[in-house]
Amino acid sequence: MQLQEKIIGKILLLIALSSIFILSLITFFIFEEGIPLILKIGPKAFLLGQKWIPSKGLFGIFPMIVSSFWVTIGALLLGIPLGLACTIFLSELIPPSIATLFRPAIQLLAAIPSVIYGFWGLIVLVPLIRNYLGGPGLSILAGSLVLSFMILPTIITISEDALKTLPPSYKAGALALGATHWQTIWRVLIPAARSGIVASVILGMGRAIGETMAMIMILGNAVKMPTSFLESARTLTTNIGIEMGYASGSHRQALFATGIVLFFIIMTLNTLAIFLSKRRAH
Amino acid sequence: MFQESKIIIKDFSFYYGSVQALKNINLNIQPKEIFTVFGPARSGKTTLLKSLNRLTDLIFGTSYTGAIFLDGMDIYDPKVGLTHLRRRVGMVFDLPTPLPMSIFDNIAYGPKLSGTNRRNRLDEIVEKALRSAVLWEEVKDRLHTSALRLSGGQQQRLCMARVLALEPEVLLLDEPCSGLDPISTASIEETLFQLKKDYSIILVPHNIQQASRVADRAGFFLNGELVEEGPVYQIFTKPKDKRTEDYVTGRFG
Amino acid sequence: MIINRTRYLTQGIAKILIWIGALSTIAVMILILLQILREGLPVLHLHFFLESPKEMGREGGIFSTIVGTVALTLVAIFVGAPLGVGTAIFLREYTRESKISRMIRFGTDCLAGVPSIIFGLFGFVFFVIRLNMGWSILSGGLTLAAMILPTVISTAEESIKAIPHSYREVSYSLGGTKWQTVTRVVLPGALPGIFTGILLSVGRSIGETAAVILTAGSSLVMPTSLFSPIRTMSVHFYILAREGISMKMAYGTGAALILFVLIINVMAQWLISRYIRHRS
Repeated sequence: MQLQEKIIGKILLLIALSSIFILSLITFFIFEEGIPLILKIGPKAFLLGQKWIPSKGLFGIFPMIVSSFWVTIGALLLGIPLGLACTIFLSELIPPSIATLFRPAIQLLAAIPSVIYGFWGLIVLVPLIRNYLGGPGLSILAGSLVLSFMILPTIITISEDALKTLPPSYKAGALALGATHWQTIWRVLIPAARSGIVASVILGMGRAIGETMAMIMILGNAVKMPTSFLESARTLTTNIGIEMGYASGSHRQALFATGIVLFFIIMTLNTLAIFLSKRRAH
Repeated sequence: MFQESKIIIKDFSFYYGSVQALKNINLNIQPKEIFTVFGPARSGKTTLLKSLNRLTDLIFGTSYTGAIFLDGMDIYDPKVGLTHLRRRVGMVFDLPTPLPMSIFDNIAYGPKLSGTNRRNRLDEIVEKALRSAVLWEEVKDRLHTSALRLSGGQQQRLCMARVLALEPEVLLLDEPCSGLDPISTASIEETLFQLKKDYSIILVPHNIQQASRVADRAGFFLNGELVEEGPVYQIFTKPKDKRTEDYVTGRFG
Repeated sequence: MIINRTRYLTQGIAKILIWIGALSTIAVMILILLQILREGLPVLHLHFFLESPKEMGREGGIFSTIVGTVALTLVAIFVGAPLGVGTAIFLREYTRESKISRMIRFGTDCLAGVPSIIFGLFGFVFFVIRLNMGWSILSGGLTLAAMILPTVISTAEESIKAIPHSYREVSYSLGGTKWQTVTRVVLPGALPGIFTGILLSVGRSIGETAAVILTAGSSLVMPTSLFSPIRTMSVHFYILAREGISMKMAYGTGAALILFVLIINVMAQWLISRYIRHRS
């Protein structure tokens, strides 16, 4: 009986190590495929090169990095205010009973596949932008708009959680000192929850940078440095997603190398967010 | 006398981390007696009980010195099976804790753990245990309904029956009547008198009155120390230690 | 007195802006769903679900993609659920906060943040190429299993944590071993919560596209074994939309996708609320 228990314990330990194991596998294989290429053409040429022409062996991903950056910034520009608005709305401006109806609705919206959002962007937003603002419609603007909606549930749920875990004395104290409801929210509660809110934004950023399918559908396919929000572009993710189907040899390796860069950026963001939420716990 | 004692606690000290909860306890428990462990809160009474069936092993960061012997066998000997020990030394907690199952499954839980699976054998065990806990008549028609629907007193007797189903040799009762109405308390105390014929019982009483009603011998615990022990009549009327006298007469506690 | 009025004016404006912001967000989200459902629901006849795609998806239905989606999800659950629940049992019952448990949690948190395209790359090079499974249900399902692992672990952990410690103490005091206590007391009580977590993972798997397209391929042929390539509903939807094959079929597939995902999530939410009510 004792031996049986010991064996079970060891088996469970092995099972529990699976997540670390898988993470290591992912890291290993992505790097194994991608590093040779980065070494071959040099990190500077890879990261800062502005020409991506696989047939000529040119693998500069700087335009993709810049595009990822701009699409994400755009998504945050809209997503943070809207996300904060919804968070404040849910936690302070409506009665808790109605709020409990909204929260499952947000979870439902978060569960909608990204390809659905991409499709909507394609048939509604892209023509709108093309007709009223010019350009091909398939643009960074369209991408940012759709992305902002996709990251809203992340920002809302985590920020709301941050607000909920504040000591009730903060709100009671501020109101008792004569602050209006709004002043309490804006000057006391939000700043107090700031590290949780920042964590939610960082996680939203990670989600935005990692989004692939919806972006393929609405960003267009231009492999050049973007100069305006109305231009088409390619992000790190769409670069991989579009060309992986037919790439081989060095070309494929370059896509994995793109994956390494993506991996790095997102791991950094996520670790930062985890670190921030752990700090909040104290 | 040495050979006949059921449990021998020898120079036993117990630590939660660096906090000493039991200080050098020396105590013998005889078979077929009710020994009551009484004293103010946080004196180490529950810790003592939980040490006797090594439930303290579940808590992290504890340590002990000294030894505890059950029928001459050191219970902390690594060769001793924990499950075997806990079947011989059963415990009833201060809060009724029925498992979220039927009455029958609650009682049968222990026997099933040790491999008893045949239905008619389990039926026998369950009935015998419920009769011993004076609960059979009240629940015999609803054995397969949820145990959570019983009243507090019934639940506590269920917990007793659950322990009795394993036919242990020692019963550890930690304030078994707390939260119960006087009638339930009385029926449990009556049950204890019946059980005394077959088991060694160590009881942490709800109050001193219960201790003097029910027990044969008593031990006064204060701040982890066994201040004094002896026959119930002597402890409560002619205590040898001033601290015992102060507590028993109500000067503190 | 003047100062007072400004404060309340600010408050009024701020609150109005927030109401507008929040309500318009919700409105847009609902509009997005309604748009697709409006065009797509009329397409959802019985034969749409029961016929396989013909003419590269211009005609017919989505049957083979449904089969593909179900097969992929089943593999993912079959592998991911035991791994996830086992991890949760280990973290909650077999160890306390230590270097190992912190490492495992960190690994799980990191895994949760890996984007699906990276999973796709990994699944492609590891399952499809190195392990020679090719584009297949197995490759896709195993990749998905890795993707749902963090979700299963965290919901299972929460459910296990919710079981009162007194139940465990009772089991141990009656002579139960750790494994007996886990299987007879802890897991039965935690099962509803664990099941909900698995359900949520199913919802996630159905919508997953990037990782699936790189590991399971996009074949419209009915699969014959675990090693057959298949196209899932979300991949089919993506291809229809991007290649502009058929708007009508795209809308129909999209509507079906939304319905399946919504149904599963509503079921999960209902289970959660029933579970909470049952506990109290």
